[in-house]
Amino acid sequence: MTGYQFAFIAVSAVTIVCGALVVTLPNILRSALFLAFTFLGVAGLYVLANAEFLAAMQVLIYVGAITVLIMFAIVLTQQLMGAKIRHSSRMWWIGGPVAALAFAFLVKSFVRPFQAAGDLVASEPAAAGPGTLQEIARLLLQPYVLPFELASLILLAALVGAIVIAKEDKD
Amino acid sequence: MPPLTWYLYVSAALFCLGLFGMMTRRNAIALLMSIELMLNAANINLVAFSAYLATPRLVGQVFALFVIAVAAAEAAVGLAIVINVYRTVRHINADEINMMKW
Repeated sequence: MTGYQFAFIAVSAVTIVCGALVVTLPNILRSALFLAFTFLGVAGLYVLANAEFLAAMQVLIYVGAITVLIMFAIVLTQQLMGAKIRHSSRMWWIGGPVAALAFAFLVKSFVRPFQAAGDLVASEPAAAGPGTLQEIARLLLQPYVLPFELASLILLAALVGAIVIAKEDKD
Repeated sequence: MPPLTWYLYVSAALFCLGLFGMMTRRNAIALLMSIELMLNAANINLVAFSAYLATPRLVGQVFALFVIAVAAAEAAVGLAIVINVYRTVRHINADEINMMKW
């Protein structure tokens, strides 16, 4: 086992354990905290796949912005110091088997075929050369410039919409 | 280096954790967090396929960037709706918000 494989196993173990804590912890604020660690683990997986720019974006947007936004929403909507709030429903006995079945289905029909597809798939991730960022910028601004501009439009619309929805009615 | 299938296993596990959260949680914010977990699982797949193609292309990373942008918009609007619902009914239990059900 090489160092890369050991690092992959360590990072993915952190990601999955923290993800499991996110969906099972009874305290919603702790769930949000472990969500940040899950996002960091995913950023680590990006680094191991030689996608450093995306890892930086993941840390900036998910860990820096979305987790803080979620924590603000929790603090604004929960009586944290009040009575014990029941966060989970009693559906775990059906949710657990359905999620396990979905995992088995994904592995059987989606992951297994890629073990056989030897010639389509490289055995190692592509090395990140010095031109990776330039290539991403070229893709964003030449062939995908329309989705790129539409993304900024969507973000602006979401920004205005979020303010309008969350604003308190004065009347 | 780890083979491609390892990434796919991690991604499938993270997606199913998000699915489990969607089915068992009743707090609306916890549901949003489960959705974020599933979107991240999809992004892991996009980045892994982009890196492990026989002739590597960066389009997968660009697509993952778009997914991140849409996820950020979704989180902002979703949390605004949650805050508005809380202001109206004083709780955010998704299974008890049935005002629009006849």
